[in-house]
Amino acid sequence: MPPITARFQLAYNKFSLDVDLQLPSTGITILFGSSGSGKTTLLRCIAGLEQAPIGFLEINGSVWQDSEHKVFLPTYQRNLGYVFQEANLFPHLSVEDNLQFGLKRLDKRPNKADLKNLLELLGIEHLLKRKPDRLSGGEKQRVAIARALALNPDILLMDEPLAALDFKRKQEILPFLTRLHQQLEIPVLYVTHSHQEVAQLTDTLVLLEEGKVLASGSLSETLSRLDLPFAQDKEASTVWQATLIAHEADYYLTRVTITDESLSLPFIDAALGTSLRIQIYARDVSIALEKPKATSILNILPAIINDFTHDSYGQCIVQLRVGTQSLLAHITRKSALLLGLKRDMPVYVQIKGTSLLN
Amino acid sequence: MLTPADLDALLLTFKVASLATLFMLLIGTPLAWWLARTNSIFKGFINAIVSLTLVLPPTVLGFYLLVLMGPAGVIGKLTNELGLGTLPFTFPGLVIASVLYSMPFVVQPLQAAFTSIGEQPLEAAATLGASPLDTFFSVVVPLTKPGFLTASILGFTHTVGEFGVVLMIGGNIPDKTRVVSVQIYNHVEALEYSEAHWLAGCLLAFSFAVLFILYTVLKTQPNVQQLK
Repeated sequence: MPPITARFQLAYNKFSLDVDLQLPSTGITILFGSSGSGKTTLLRCIAGLEQAPIGFLEINGSVWQDSEHKVFLPTYQRNLGYVFQEANLFPHLSVEDNLQFGLKRLDKRPNKADLKNLLELLGIEHLLKRKPDRLSGGEKQRVAIARALALNPDILLMDEPLAALDFKRKQEILPFLTRLHQQLEIPVLYVTHSHQEVAQLTDTLVLLEEGKVLASGSLSETLSRLDLPFAQDKEASTVWQATLIAHEADYYLTRVTITDESLSLPFIDAALGTSLRIQIYARDVSIALEKPKATSILNILPAIINDFTHDSYGQCIVQLRVGTQSLLAHITRKSALLLGLKRDMPVYVQIKGTSLLN
Repeated sequence: MLTPADLDALLLTFKVASLATLFMLLIGTPLAWWLARTNSIFKGFINAIVSLTLVLPPTVLGFYLLVLMGPAGVIGKLTNELGLGTLPFTFPGLVIASVLYSMPFVVQPLQAAFTSIGEQPLEAAATLGASPLDTFFSVVVPLTKPGFLTASILGFTHTVGEFGVVLMIGGNIPDKTRVVSVQIYNHVEALEYSEAHWLAGCLLAFSFAVLFILYTVLKTQPNVQQLK
């Protein structure tokens, strides 16, 4: 499938959006930014809910907007799925009728098995007869996701679908989204300002600030860039894609491999060969010049210092290379000076902890 | 007891009010939709025109209509050209005057209902492939049902209660323009207080019943706030 091309220019009183993006045709692309950065406006432009005076949008080979040739497809003629921040279910219709609302207006009905799978995947089969006011916030949002996906859209647009939910409900939905992520073959554009959702779901990350694209690229690359706010954040982390290679049942550990290196993680109940997403917080990574011998830390890997920078709070943010992967470490400026850190210096990193994302 | 003339007046009133309500809904719905959604500079102007009859003495409206629809008026000349004759002191003339007079009672509840549902359900419907017209009938109307009921009831009852406009434009012709409010006036003029009591009592009971339904039964209808 050809990639998505999206170019938009629009200006309100104090806000302007000016983006030119090429996005991959599969996987989840996260539009990340603070409020007012234009991420929702960009999503609305793609949906046609907002009309940018200057714009070009091509998805799946069809042109939805081309202001130069006065082409603008109204939203209802665009084959898309949209999940709003608040589930936005029709209160006068049951869950089933909400799901049928879009299906009834399709030319060709998708087969029943697909719909059944979708309901199962989102865990909402038992809710079909209920009215939206009899659903919890998390259930509403799952129905909204099913309603959007049932249409077999060319693209799924999600506008902070978890933002209106409390922590518990978020934890309830994230696994569903991760599962969707593995099964969906269409591109997903997902707006959020949550680091957790970024780490857990992203394939491609687009960082927006004041209506402009600050950076876009693969997740691990973008997260570890020193010139972006991610690396400076207290919650800064890198995300590695790993493969499960062995279980050490005696120690309740699991070994995974990331290209050439391997790591020990707390036991993961999954089959050998499973692909895993592992998050390593920068604050859990320490640096040593020589390979530490007597230490309780299991995960010690050789690394090369790529670059580093200081923030104004006595902290040094170090970007390292472990094999082909990037890794971030937060250490004190004093340690950085004592170690005499330089670019391209070979060092050892000790990873105190990791968290599993899927 | 009600005399045959009273029953005729009641029947006529019911006919005028039903027809007027029907026309008010047909005209008022698109008008209220436009008012609820437009940012046009004419919004204030149109709003003022529609609401004018709320504050104007009915005799003023009746007077202008009489002049306009009379043989020398713009509308009167047009209806004469079309071979319809002139409208004052006829049943159609009375219906037209009623529509104009009671219009704000239909437009305002509808406008408020349309405004209250907000953009969200409309946008959701658009992303699900529903055209604007489709959305109006499949989403907006069901969500604003209480608004439509309120508008119909207020429009109907307000038409039943009109007097000044009727006298100016309709006069007092049995079976054609003699509605209940005029008939009560006739009874009182003739000092027939007991007949006046019967008719007045009928109207009082009717109006109370309608408002009672409006404020108790309709309150239990699902309201738009549940959307959130």
